[in-house]
Amino acid sequence: MCRLALKSADTPFSPYEILTAMEAMQEGYDGSGLGLLLRGVGFTDFNYQPDQIILSGIAHTEAALQRLNSFMGARGYELKYDHAMEVDSSLIEARDRFKYLIRVYKVPNRDGLSRDQFEDQLMQTRLTLRKDGEDHGGDLTVFSFWPDVIMIKEVGWPLQIGNGLGLNDNRIKARVIMAQGRQNTNYGINLYACHPFFIQGISTMTNGENTAFVPIKEWLIGKNIPGYTGYQSDSEVFTHILHYVTRKLHLPLAAYKHIITPLKTEELDVHPQGDFLKGLRTSCRRLIIDGPNAVIATLADETCMLVMDHKKMRPATVGGKPGVWAIASEMCGIEAIVPDRDTSLDFQPMREHTVIIPPDRKELVIWSQSDPFTLPQAA
Amino acid sequence: MVSVRSIYTTPSSLTYSDLPWIIQHREDRCTLCGHCTSVCPVQAIYLTYRRQRMPKLDILQKKRGNEYRHFVGIRQRTNIEKKCIGCGMCSMVCPNEAIGPVPNPNEQRAIFHLNQKGEAWKRGGRRNMPGRTTLDRIVFDRISMLTDPALDAGRHEFNLNTILGRILPPEEYIRRHTAGEWIPPTREIFPFVIGSMSFGALSPNMWLGLLQGVAYCNEVLGIPVVMATGEGGCPPWVLKSPFLKYIILQIASGYFGWDEIIRAIPEMQCDPAAIEIKYGQGAKPGDGGLLMWFKVSKLIARLRGVPEGVDLPSPPVHQTLYSIEESVMKMIQTMSMAFGFRVPVYPKISGSTSAKSVLNNLVRNPYAGGMLIDGIDGGTGAAYNISLDATGHPIASCLRECYLDLVAQGRQNEIPLFAAGGIGKNGNVTQNGMALIMLGASGVHIGKYIMQATGGCLGNEMGRCNVCNTGICPKGITSQNEKLFRRLDPDDVAQRVADVFMSIRTEMKKIMAPLGRSQSLPIGMSDALGINDADAAKRLQIRYIC
Ligand code: SF4
Ligand code: SF4
Repeated sequence: MCRLALKSADTPFSPYEILTAMEAMQEGYDGSGLGLLLRGVGFTDFNYQPDQIILSGIAHTEAALQRLNSFMGARGYELKYDHAMEVDSSLIEARDRFKYLIRVYKVPNRDGLSRDQFEDQLMQTRLTLRKDGEDHGGDLTVFSFWPDVIMIKEVGWPLQIGNGLGLNDNRIKARVIMAQGRQNTNYGINLYACHPFFIQGISTMTNGENTAFVPIKEWLIGKNIPGYTGYQSDSEVFTHILHYVTRKLHLPLAAYKHIITPLKTEELDVHPQGDFLKGLRTSCRRLIIDGPNAVIATLADETCMLVMDHKKMRPATVGGKPGVWAIASEMCGIEAIVPDRDTSLDFQPMREHTVIIPPDRKELVIWSQSDPFTLPQAA
Repeated sequence: MVSVRSIYTTPSSLTYSDLPWIIQHREDRCTLCGHCTSVCPVQAIYLTYRRQRMPKLDILQKKRGNEYRHFVGIRQRTNIEKKCIGCGMCSMVCPNEAIGPVPNPNEQRAIFHLNQKGEAWKRGGRRNMPGRTTLDRIVFDRISMLTDPALDAGRHEFNLNTILGRILPPEEYIRRHTAGEWIPPTREIFPFVIGSMSFGALSPNMWLGLLQGVAYCNEVLGIPVVMATGEGGCPPWVLKSPFLKYIILQIASGYFGWDEIIRAIPEMQCDPAAIEIKYGQGAKPGDGGLLMWFKVSKLIARLRGVPEGVDLPSPPVHQTLYSIEESVMKMIQTMSMAFGFRVPVYPKISGSTSAKSVLNNLVRNPYAGGMLIDGIDGGTGAAYNISLDATGHPIASCLRECYLDLVAQGRQNEIPLFAAGGIGKNGNVTQNGMALIMLGASGVHIGKYIMQATGGCLGNEMGRCNVCNTGICPKGITSQNEKLFRRLDPDDVAQRVADVFMSIRTEMKKIMAPLGRSQSLPIGMSDALGINDADAAKRLQIRYIC
């Protein structure tokens, strides 16, 4: 089972802090990999503006780096900052790591593109680069290309990776960090199979196994929506479902839970929006997850979310205090991230809950599926 | 001494060892009660006096002679129309276990003479092809254990139901909901549906028992089972009852029974579960329904609006229409409209390599509520043996191909596919049904299995019984003869319906729990399937295991 940790704090902190906290949960993973996603980022060496675009990934060869440079240059992306990691390659298991990429690009001229079109263009750029790497024997890996998002994925023991990549040098900080210590399950070790997964500002990470993976994947692929590809991990569909619900169906965040774990007919019979939700459940029937999973998500506005599958067979807890909150797959993870909190306020969501850490980080918001939610267009 | 030459034999003269079933009768146990001969549906056996010569040689008195012993015994008839059908009713009624049929393991010459009087052999039942089916060989091998404790089938809550009816893509659903436009009707039903068997093919007691059982499943057990009528309508009291919501009304090419149905619409208390338009049947593709004259009783004649005692063949095609595309389109629209667009309407076709083209038409028809494909192993009340045995397409690959076609178009959630034909042929009803569901079916229809499991039908695929077409059903399941159908108590049938669906429900959980599935029916979860046949695995796009 994978171990998950998320910290969201008003004061930016180093990713290394999360990695040390993850050691508390170390019984749970075999050290086959680490995935990190940072939002609300800042660099000591560069004055980052949150609308600048960050490319995260790995160039495995010099040739790949050169191709990347010419590709980006040709599309008018001007490199503003190239974060050089202090890499100690003796601590990194993989050998083919020519350069870890965390590069900041100037926002190009949008040329009258709408926001959606511009965001599609960013995603297309990432997909094209990914494809280019795959076409060249996997010599270029691109995790994200988006404003205010850094992603790092590597194979090995999390803390050791942190040391190997020099994450303890405090040169990068962020307000929100998601981390996953991976336990290799069914689908081989592949950097793209490492959580968190990312698409257009939306990211999720999951523990457990997605037993309904194949039907969900087939349905998502059938939608022919750009970016709904990959699926090296069965958990990637959770990210794409969240993207589909919020960005394609334009439903509020509260609808996510209704789609992945809909209520029973008897429960919907007494729900104020039962009629709409029954139809939604039928239309989105192929997106029902079967768990057991805890899904932890972050959105572009730094909102963090935790939901469980319907069976609630995964432990996941949220705890903290105003200004700093943590979500972890184990209670000890919370303890390690926010030790000085009121533990009586820790919350373990049940099957019907969606836990939200809002961007203001003042207090937790907990939605129950039996509550009505605002449905601006459809109610 | 009779000269052998003078024995008259016709080409169709047979002896008992030429017949598929040989009666074994133990004279030492027989009390000559006569129960067997009177119950035998085909008069295959008769009581007869026999004489046995016992040569006698008295040495001391140097006299020779014969003595004759007379006895009464049961004998088997050998003429084709009275050949034993192996139903076993004689053994069932014998108080002393003195009689019973045994299958003849030798080649059965009778087969060459079943076509008498210029008529090809007709029968009921299904394809006489015994042995494990492809479905029987599929196992559920993706056990969720590596990272997770498996689910507890007894403790966890399972959602086993499926959806019947056209489902809109989410974007369109939200748009129409917002705009207050028509949303196609759907039904949440149990994925094992009692397949279409007509009131006419089935006896009134069988039909009533099924309906009672279905009502009990819905109203007491909470299992939303629905049943399809088959062609020939539905008794008026059912049409006007609240039970109509558990019934799928079938319309077929003879349109029998629809006068009654249309007239009852204003008085209906609720809508039917769905309307099934029958284009084809797996057991006899290209044939319409056939109700033989001796099954057209007074009641049946009234329901169907025909005179009593006439053969009721339905034409093979819906005569009023030119092509299946046009037919499907017009009929689906007409039926939808007749029920105020509140009832799902779907076609039933026979398994065929052309099933995909029908499906692609349905995808473009916004009123089509699903598609039912009936494979070659489906049962029927009456058909030519050649149709039963050699015409049609097995369900597994036909269903899979159609499903994958929908997947390629991203429409697999929009048109629910239902599969039928041979599900539970060897008793593995839940396993067969779940295998089809994981191959992509939204549910399955079971007919013959229901007759066997709830009515005690004696038929099998080794030629046993299968005389459903002749109205002499020894169990009273497919007969309109009151003397026969009163053997069947509707309450007992209802009890069996409840037993069957309760156990299917348990077995579904037993299959789903180790796969880690409980929240939704694992439609299309093909990664959970394996088969020990590389060719079948390749064709079905599932894993080969050995
Ligand atoms: S098995 Fe059936 S058909 Fe054969 S003799 Fe007995 S009752 Fe008659
Ligand atoms: S028992 Fe009745 S229904 Fe079954 S095969 Fe015989 S005649 Fe047909």
